[in-house]
Amino acid sequence: MKSLDELKALRDKLQSEVSLRDDGDDKTKVLVGMATCGIAAGARPVLAEFVEQVATRGLKNVTVSQTGCIGICQFEPVVEVFVPGKEKVTYVNMSKEKVARIVADHIVGGNIVSDYTIGNRHS
Amino acid sequence: MYRSNVLVCGGTGCTASGSTAVIESFNEAIAAHGLEKEVRVITTGCFGLCANGPIVVVYPEGAFYENVTPEAAKEITEEHLLKGRIVTKLLLQDSTEDGGVSSLNETQFYKKQLRVALRNCGLIDPENINEYIAVDGYQALGKVLTEYTPERVVQEILDSGLRGRGGAGFPTGVKWKFAAASEGDQKYVCCNADEGDPGAFMDRSVLEGDPHAIIEAMAIAGYAIGANQGYIYVRAEYPIAVKRLGIAIDQAHEMGLLGKDIFGTGFDFDLEIRLGAGAFVCGEETALMTSIEGKRGEPRPRPPFPAHQGVFQKPTILNNVETLANIPRIIMLGAEWFASMGTEKSKGTKVFALGGKINNTGLVEIPMGTTLREIVEEIGGGVPNGKKFKAAQTGGPSGGCIPAEKIDVPIDYDNLLAIGSMMGSGGLIVMDEDNCMVDIAKFFLEFTVDESCGKCSPCRIGTRRMLEILERITSGKAVMEDLDKLETLCYHIKMNSLCGLGQTAPNPVLSTIRYFKDEYIAHIRDRKCPAGVCKDLLSYSIIEDKCIGCGMCKRVCPADAITGEKKEAHVIDTDKCVKCGACVDACKFEAVVRA
Repeated sequence: MKSLDELKALRDKLQSEVSLRDDGDDKTKVLVGMATCGIAAGARPVLAEFVEQVATRGLKNVTVSQTGCIGICQFEPVVEVFVPGKEKVTYVNMSKEKVARIVADHIVGGNIVSDYTIGNRHS
Repeated sequence: MYRSNVLVCGGTGCTASGSTAVIESFNEAIAAHGLEKEVRVITTGCFGLCANGPIVVVYPEGAFYENVTPEAAKEITEEHLLKGRIVTKLLLQDSTEDGGVSSLNETQFYKKQLRVALRNCGLIDPENINEYIAVDGYQALGKVLTEYTPERVVQEILDSGLRGRGGAGFPTGVKWKFAAASEGDQKYVCCNADEGDPGAFMDRSVLEGDPHAIIEAMAIAGYAIGANQGYIYVRAEYPIAVKRLGIAIDQAHEMGLLGKDIFGTGFDFDLEIRLGAGAFVCGEETALMTSIEGKRGEPRPRPPFPAHQGVFQKPTILNNVETLANIPRIIMLGAEWFASMGTEKSKGTKVFALGGKINNTGLVEIPMGTTLREIVEEIGGGVPNGKKFKAAQTGGPSGGCIPAEKIDVPIDYDNLLAIGSMMGSGGLIVMDEDNCMVDIAKFFLEFTVDESCGKCSPCRIGTRRMLEILERITSGKAVMEDLDKLETLCYHIKMNSLCGLGQTAPNPVLSTIRYFKDEYIAHIRDRKCPAGVCKDLLSYSIIEDKCIGCGMCKRVCPADAITGEKKEAHVIDTDKCVKCGACVDACKFEAVVRA
């Protein structure tokens, strides 16, 4: 450690590892449906990809976790995204490949990827 | 990147209740389900709710699990970590609502708390410096070294109003100012981690949960007064704290946060640990410094004060662990922020070790000015078994008791002194109607008699004479004059003892006489112990009309003192009776009475 700037840079790098432990209301939450139906439809790689994408981008205010069955088993894997102060967005028939776009456009950019939402499920 | 963090308390309390096995169980189960890359298990510091340990908190949900066993850890892994289903039945009861998890800050135990000194306990891994850096660790040191003059640092601490958390409540900034102004080729910064008050363990928890905060604070103090060497005097009875401090000092060295030319500013600072050998008197500042020098730990008269002649006759400051834990925060957030908390003359927060007859035993940190009622009834969850709150003892063997009628007094340094107690290090023992106040005073006196170092006669001989009078009172051999003698003796010992140990030793006696004189009189004049504690003053008998002759009492009596035929009233032979009270608990008909 040669300077305070070096310490600050290290802190910024490390912060994402502990930001998970702040259960404040100002966070974007990504919930992946991981009941039996979700797992059978391939939710696990989707979850892993979200974790991976959030990590690569170093997003500090985003948590990824699982949730149970929300009752639309035919559309699994289902992912819900909660942005503070906004309405919940539900993505259906998710796959690993769709994750990157949701992270880039919705979580970072603020634009809902309507191609994947429940309202456009036939697309 | 992990999607989930499992924080398991590795403090002394939870380690004693088995958290090491819980951690192993988590690691095994997580590996068995292939979750190693998604879930990270972290050993952390004290959450405060020690009686309900081992404590485990799972993030990002913030689920607070209590009394976790290795089997429960397996279940949490399979349900919560794998399937995302929180195991509600294992949650802290208070934290569940509508089947979901409420925020920890909403629970009764945490709602009124404000964690400043304990901010990182239960949040970070104390054995990993990266975690401390991630929560702004060492930023305060960097700030003072690059932006502040030493005078500015001292001024900041003065303005914050921070007072010593070790007991006496001396303004920390004033201490630093004296030492900074003192001339000397070598100065020292010392940390008093010789936490000796029975029942107090906040310093241990800070060292175990956040050791880097103390290192950072000591380096800041070194810069402020012009010292480049520090000593942490910690009791050898705190093995986990000693180990983590050692790891923390090594890591700080490796990172260049201790040693030569810190942050390239030319400031050097180094730290060494000194282990105490278990003497209570070594928590007194002059005795502690003598002990650091390698001599027998005995106090010496002041002046000279440590700020002028301390360790090795060089200007020295000595601060308590909890005091130091506040320093980095004050530097980062400013004196004004700190001074905005608390009362007019007592700023900030205070950690109390809550114990005795209370539901939530553990560590609580509250803003100064919180009332005892809020601590006992809200945070502490009240007195168990529907008993009535009688008094609380603060300050351990140096403090006094706060009776029920003073329960609404806002707690700060001056209010506690005014009602005959003191802040002390923050032990807070709750007592109910089953506690005898004379017996409590005797308990603390036994402690001080044991721990008196023997250097000065008021303390060495005086406290022993006091204890003898108390023993006479509790065994029914005292006369009323003894009470006057006891009080006179108290004042003499307070006036004439060499150090804080003797000067404060009479406090538990004086305060119980002040608030519970009727109990003393009952012991002396009526030869009765109203709370039913002092054995010599008790006698047991069986009410003939109520006894149905079931023989339960006879069976449990360890001294064969009870006789009687079946279905006939039994009798207790008072000569044989050892007054254990087993018969009272055994009788279902309330026929055995204690008087």
